Amino acid sequence: MKDKIRIASGQGFWGDLIDAPYTQVTAGQVDYLVMDYLAEVTMSILQKQKNKNPKLGYARDIPELMDRILPICKEKNIKVITNGGGVNPEACAEAVIDVARKHKISNLKIAVVLGDNILDRIDNVITNGCQLNNMETGEPVSIVKDKLLSANVYFGAMPIVEALKMGADIVITGRTTDTGLTLAPMIYEFGWSKNDYNLLSAGTVAGHILECGGQASGGNLLADWRSVPDIENIGFPIAEAYPDGNIIITKHQSLGGKVTIETVSEQLVYEIGDPKNYITPDCVADFTSIELEEVGKDRIRVYGVKGNPETEFYKVSCSYSSGYSAVGTLTYSWPDALSKAKQADQILRKRLEYLNLSFDEIRTEFVGYNSCHGPLATKLDEDRINEVMLRIAVRGSDYYSIERFGKEIAPLILTGPPSVTGFAGGRPKPADVVAYWPALIPKKLVEPKVEIITL
Amino acid sequence: MKKIKLIDIAHGRSGDKGDAANVGIIAYDDKGYQLIEKYLTAEKVKEHFQGICLGKVERFELPNIRALNFLLHNTLGGGGTVSLKHDAQGKTLAAALLRLELEIEE
Repeated sequence: MKDKIRIASGQGFWGDLIDAPYTQVTAGQVDYLVMDYLAEVTMSILQKQKNKNPKLGYARDIPELMDRILPICKEKNIKVITNGGGVNPEACAEAVIDVARKHKISNLKIAVVLGDNILDRIDNVITNGCQLNNMETGEPVSIVKDKLLSANVYFGAMPIVEALKMGADIVITGRTTDTGLTLAPMIYEFGWSKNDYNLLSAGTVAGHILECGGQASGGNLLADWRSVPDIENIGFPIAEAYPDGNIIITKHQSLGGKVTIETVSEQLVYEIGDPKNYITPDCVADFTSIELEEVGKDRIRVYGVKGNPETEFYKVSCSYSSGYSAVGTLTYSWPDALSKAKQADQILRKRLEYLNLSFDEIRTEFVGYNSCHGPLATKLDEDRINEVMLRIAVRGSDYYSIERFGKEIAPLILTGPPSVTGFAGGRPKPADVVAYWPALIPKKLVEPKVEIITL
Repeated sequence: MKKIKLIDIAHGRSGDKGDAANVGIIAYDDKGYQLIEKYLTAEKVKEHFQGICLGKVERFELPNIRALNFLLHNTLGGGGTVSLKHDAQGKTLAAALLRLELEIEE
């Protein structure tokens, strides 16, 4: 058994710094590279792509990225774990195989984790007594069944552990928890029992710290934000894990950013609910048990983590089509910038009213004034406001109304208040609104499947 | 009584949980944690976010990292993908809470 392993975060979301995974595998020693690509809305986009072309439906950054890092990972024996397989992990694996062939790499094992996608068997799930009730509203999924775009079960670390046991060098999954990607190599390397909930929770906490990439190593830092060194060259976080569940969060020393009590604490409280019950498919971690200690420069020890048994349910993330939206913006300058923007908003709203259009919501915000903090924004004298961007957004089920709204923005330049600019992007186009439907499913109704492709 | 600015004793981070926003507030030291633990109540946060948070506010304590976590229900205009808000994911709400001044006993 190894006495420690180093797990590097490579991506915090699909759209993150493209060079980060390359930097993580070249700027110092690591054993694993983990990459989270899937936000809730991502699955519906990928499902649409797959519907159009059965060879798509995964994060298409991956083949390009693997072209750069696969020879390096192979040479250094760095294993790659990612949920970027989206709704088509097999096609993603095939694309990676093409990359491997191009580099004449052999002896490569790629694993795919399947079984999370239940879109085609919703009826079967309902027949089995699971109504997939919305966790927020309690309504059964049947009311949006005809509009469903995607439905995926969140698997945890265990299918990845199985893949690693089968000798996988690369593991490509569909919907897997962000924390599972980081926890899995610890279970595999250290032989942790699936019933040792304190150890599983320690690995889960490490996964939570890594899952947003640079957000744990100096990015988006509220505590003394100016103090982050060389942030343009930020090193993503690395979890140095030990068999006893001690974790040290660190980063490559040659890179920028920093790892401190503050950077780790801010990430720990990010997007959590009840800290005593951080629920994953693997365990229920207790975030109130986490202890942090600075043990060196850019080295924060995470220890003392406690946890409880996993629940009998997996979380399911469904998405469904819910009408259209559009956003228009115009910028007004001093003098009277805010008054002008407010008048333009009133003119626009009256014109929309005359047109008898139908919207579920019209929302106006003044960027540069109150779009972030709303009524909490400091009131300013008109004289002190240099410019304001009027941002007006609409949402509704009637496509025509949303499209017509888009045609009413630009005319305000010649038929509204003066000193206005910033209409370079053309008419706002209606965008599909994808709503999210969180639910639970008994674990016994779903079976993860691991397949290995050997090259 | 004296007034202290929350931003002088704490930092934090916020994000989305469906239509709820999570706002985590972390004190810089133990003394700061004693203050937020005592004075930064769920009621105080709800009052501060009047007109923004339309539901209830839940408070959770993490004394181990000197933090409080607040869940602000019915706050994000329908949630990340549906919301028309510029800040649809509540990313700036931690900073918004740091605007608060606490009245403390001397």
